[in-house]
Amino acid sequence: MIANEGELRGLMKASLDGNAGAYRILLDRLSQHLRAYYRGKLTRIGRSQTEAEDLVQDTLMAIHTRRHTYDVGQPFTPWVQAIARYKLIDHLRHRHSSTASVPLEEAGDFEAQDDHAGAESAYDLDRLLAKLPEKMQRAIRYVKLDGLSVAEAAKHCGMSESAIKVSVHRGLKAMAAAISQGRR
Amino acid sequence: MMRTDELIEMLSTNSGSTDRRRLTRGVGLAAALSAGAALCIALLALGVRPDLAAPGVMSFLLLKLAFSAGVVVLSGHLLTKVARPGGEARSRVLVALLPFVAIMALAALSLASAPSAHWDHMLVGQMWLECLISIPIIAVVPFVVLVWAVRRFAAPTDLVRTGALVGLVAGGISAMGYALHCMDDSVPFVALWYGGTIASCTLAGAMLGPRLLRW
Repeated sequence: MIANEGELRGLMKASLDGNAGAYRILLDRLSQHLRAYYRGKLTRIGRSQTEAEDLVQDTLMAIHTRRHTYDVGQPFTPWVQAIARYKLIDHLRHRHSSTASVPLEEAGDFEAQDDHAGAESAYDLDRLLAKLPEKMQRAIRYVKLDGLSVAEAAKHCGMSESAIKVSVHRGLKAMAAAISQGRR
Repeated sequence: MMRTDELIEMLSTNSGSTDRRRLTRGVGLAAALSAGAALCIALLALGVRPDLAAPGVMSFLLLKLAFSAGVVVLSGHLLTKVARPGGEARSRVLVALLPFVAIMALAALSLASAPSAHWDHMLVGQMWLECLISIPIIAVVPFVVLVWAVRRFAAPTDLVRTGALVGLVAGGISAMGYALHCMDDSVPFVALWYGGTIASCTLAGAMLGPRLLRW
């Protein structure tokens, strides 16, 4: 069980209200928990750390695109754990059909693990981006990778600010979809 | 190679505030839409029963509608709880059985108060075969619409249970449409054939859930 339920729940509530700083901290904390969890599960059955990192990123994407399904009246940790466990079981069932059944009790508890500096998955960011329409690619590069503000990116691209926001949003969704396609 | 901290950076910039009612609204809208569709199908393909003005007919129509609407409301409400990560752990799915228990109790009362020579007729009615076929067929449309909505707006982690609830809602919606046409007016008939076909939709949903609802 994650010890700091209260803190994470506070971060999640702030994130849902649009606090980007809180959201970054939250995703960072969660990525540590997820990393420890998936490494623990996967190394036990002889899988690589890269595969664990794929799952970390896959789950972060899932948390991001489904964050509206968190009911703020309920505890937060069970919500995250359910997603983490679901993604693990889905991964093991569908990527390697040899491990068809994973007992739920095996998909146990969370602990944080800190050695995440520069952890990488096997997903190729450039290749994922290259699949997107050019407008979305540029919007994501400027805003998400180069850290420009929406206004600056809008100026660079010759697009309106709301068009940039829409492109970034749609682009990220498309990338998440491409990643889960790749899993199947 | 994609670095996780880059991904976090990407996800957390300009995320904006999140609409917390999206799931409930999306699934609710899908249920309303598919109820409209089921109504149209029942009216166009089967038509309203011609004897609406006859004495006692309206009360049986209302009973059928109350039973199927009860199924839809209870199971629809449960669906919006269960179709969230971890939602299966804190939802009392057995609540969805209440309308079935109620209609079976009424059916038992009605049978008990009638001479046993009438039982056959009360249970089997005139059009049991039409009911048996129509409710599952009409349910296909609501089922497809609801599956789409759950995939888009929800994030179930128990696909069997979520699929079963989708089937249950779809079966209930379909029965509401069929009730407008159905001329068999006996409580045991409703309990047996409505209850049975809605239950079979639930079973089909439970079996299809893991395949259709993955995300």
